[in-house]
Amino acid sequence: MDQVLVKMSTYTADVSGVCSALYELGGMVVIHDPSGCNSTYNTHDEPRWYSMDSLVFISGLKEIDAIMGNDDKFIRDVEEAAQQLKPRFIALVRTPVPMMIGTDFEAIAAMIEEDTGITTFYVPTNGMHSYIDGAGAAFEKLARLMTDEISGKPARDPADGSICVNLLGVTPLDFSVGSMVASMKDFVADSGFRLVSCVAMGSSPEEIARAGSADVNIVVSSTGFRAAQVLKDRFGTPWVVGTPCGGFGAAVAADVRRAAASGEDIISYDSAQMPEMKYRAGYYIIGELVTSSSAAAALMMRDGEAPQVICPLEPPAELRKEPAAFIRAENAIRERLADAGTVIADPMYKRLCPDGAQLIAVPHEAYSGRIYRKQIPDMIKLEI
Amino acid sequence: MLKMIHGAQDRDLRAAHTTAGEAGWPVPFPSVLEYNSPAHGPWNIVHMGMLIPGAHQIYVCADNCNRGVILTAAEMGAQDRFSNIAVSEDDLINGHMEELIIDGVGEVLASLEKKPSVVLLFTVCLHHFLGTDLNYIYSELRSRHPDQIFIDSYMDCILQKDGLTPDQKLRIGMYKCLEKRPLRPDQINIIGNDLPMNDGSELLQMAADAGISVKDITRCASFAEYMTMSESFLNISTYPNARPGCEVLSRRLGQTSLYLPQCFGYDEIENELRSFAEAIHAKTLPDFASLRAMADEALFHAQKIAGSTPVAVDYTAFPRVLGLSRLLLEHGFNVVRIYADAFSGEEEEDFKWLAANHPDTEIYATIHPDMRVMPRGWDGKLLAVGQKAAYFTQSPYFVNLVEGGGLYGFNGIRSLCGLMEEAIAAPKEIEDNVVRKGLGCLSCIDI
Repeated sequence: MDQVLVKMSTYTADVSGVCSALYELGGMVVIHDPSGCNSTYNTHDEPRWYSMDSLVFISGLKEIDAIMGNDDKFIRDVEEAAQQLKPRFIALVRTPVPMMIGTDFEAIAAMIEEDTGITTFYVPTNGMHSYIDGAGAAFEKLARLMTDEISGKPARDPADGSICVNLLGVTPLDFSVGSMVASMKDFVADSGFRLVSCVAMGSSPEEIARAGSADVNIVVSSTGFRAAQVLKDRFGTPWVVGTPCGGFGAAVAADVRRAAASGEDIISYDSAQMPEMKYRAGYYIIGELVTSSSAAAALMMRDGEAPQVICPLEPPAELRKEPAAFIRAENAIRERLADAGTVIADPMYKRLCPDGAQLIAVPHEAYSGRIYRKQIPDMIKLEI
Repeated sequence: MLKMIHGAQDRDLRAAHTTAGEAGWPVPFPSVLEYNSPAHGPWNIVHMGMLIPGAHQIYVCADNCNRGVILTAAEMGAQDRFSNIAVSEDDLINGHMEELIIDGVGEVLASLEKKPSVVLLFTVCLHHFLGTDLNYIYSELRSRHPDQIFIDSYMDCILQKDGLTPDQKLRIGMYKCLEKRPLRPDQINIIGNDLPMNDGSELLQMAADAGISVKDITRCASFAEYMTMSESFLNISTYPNARPGCEVLSRRLGQTSLYLPQCFGYDEIENELRSFAEAIHAKTLPDFASLRAMADEALFHAQKIAGSTPVAVDYTAFPRVLGLSRLLLEHGFNVVRIYADAFSGEEEEDFKWLAANHPDTEIYATIHPDMRVMPRGWDGKLLAVGQKAAYFTQSPYFVNLVEGGGLYGFNGIRSLCGLMEEAIAAPKEIEDNVVRKGLGCLSCIDI
């Protein structure tokens, strides 16, 4: 049965994905749930929780309030907290029970916004999808809100001749809190580009609000794609999908220059400019689609052979390129790995590998949480 | 880049703190949005369930709920004893939830090389709202898998504020395997603790003196040994959340139930030990005067070391946080702050005493949203008892203990004094200690 997990862990879900995406932006995120979702998120999915404050709360939904449709308490509690804490925005996050009972989040958000004067929106999660959905939806919402009142492409410094870029889809779920984000920023600088914003780690809301001024958006994880589509729609900004791992970074940089010149959208790990991938039988990489496909391309450039990508998540359809396999069920992954000789994956996948297969451990926060955090290599520098 | 915002703004944060003289009883703070601090030492239902030797846990829930429990099991090195069934949107409307669970459990069992003796099957809030036929599910599972014992378990947090919490329900459920057997007059149980009672406790000593063996799930080495708990004539509970489980078990098996909560008032401790002595037909009683004197001596010694060092305590260290505060204040400790969101009905007398005698003692919430921005730290040295007290005061001088730590009776007080002296003498790394789940369990995290 596809839904049975005996040996696998489960990826960060959509609710936590929203919280992670919006963490550094000065807003208040309220998870409408009895309990547990906040603890799950801040214990296992948020490495910044201890060292960096953010306003993420849970509503403490009770049975009687759910049955009676007592949204008043939820609204009142959110408004009271907002009046006290004065967040830049309020994000309401939906979980399974509010979804089941049809809580009208659109109306609640509108009421809160009217009462408080604070931009309020809701993200239609339900706890049953992965962080790709949740963070993706949050970044999309962010892209819309922060550019809502801007008409036309924001002005740039005319003296600045460099290609201006945003990094989209940056959360600790894919990049942890080690050196990878800094390495990506180094890539931008070393490539001669100028960083407008890193969405959303290490950039202020003011910097993100200027995201529309970029020449190209670099989507470094699936979570950033929906925001890239919004920015394309609003400002015509082309996107390049690819994480600049190792030698593959040069290919991404070349695609950025091409996109800046032509306006075309490019999936770097699938572009015609990529050398033909030589896949060795029994050699796999498991993880998020963009980072894994990019790492596979980088390994091809470095080693002359590439692992086949297995993605157990739900990336946007536009990013799914063969021969990557989109397999979620434990039995199906085990079956696929039957011939595995070498697997690059989070250590928790060891239990699915056949005896004798070598696991090259690349821990993934969105999979094993904090268990192997200190062992997460800098994949931008291709430290494997 | 988002800066640390705690303490950065000039805000009126009075909603999250009060004083003993002004606090409302039993809930001093309003029920509003909730904040979750990084202090995670108390046990959760995953940790508890693993106490049954050989048990396997199966959770049926959405991915977001699954994540927390899966990783709890993984962090304690118990992934082999844990599985789950992910609920999707279709399952909420297709009317096949019962089949999903029955067939899913079957698949889990089929794939396990070593079959578990006990399966703790956890259903969740969703099942309650869907009206899932749990009776049918368990009946069918027991019919299909007669070699396994199925325990109905619940991760239904939506019910916890108006009924039993998942924690309390599990402390009932964990003993459902025990079957009716002839009772032995020389064996008793301690029911529902997560941590073993301290070896030196008067209660254990009295039992030993009376030739009575004490069974405790925390010390059971095998499933067979755990099952012998059925034969005890007396069940003791010392942890408040364990009381319902103790009473339910006792009624079912015809055992006597005795609630002897961990406490700090000397009279109450003595009364509890006298009740215990009566229950086990002890021929002798401890020398209570001597025990009181030794507790006083330990407190005196610890207080000399602590001096006027401020002390903060929190409810995760001891359920009777007010009783602890009173004990320390009565013995000259400078208790300045108590972290608790609500008080147990058992503590009303201590609450009134604090209000009358130390009305300025601060009481701080731990889950009120203002606690996210409340300044964290303390000017100077402070002794914290409990992880939340350590986190909110940022004191590295803390007693790292949860759920009473098994410290029972006068001996427990002496042990606590030793821990406080150690804490004052040697600072600890706060973050590395408090973020680990289930204090006392293996913790595999590498932060």
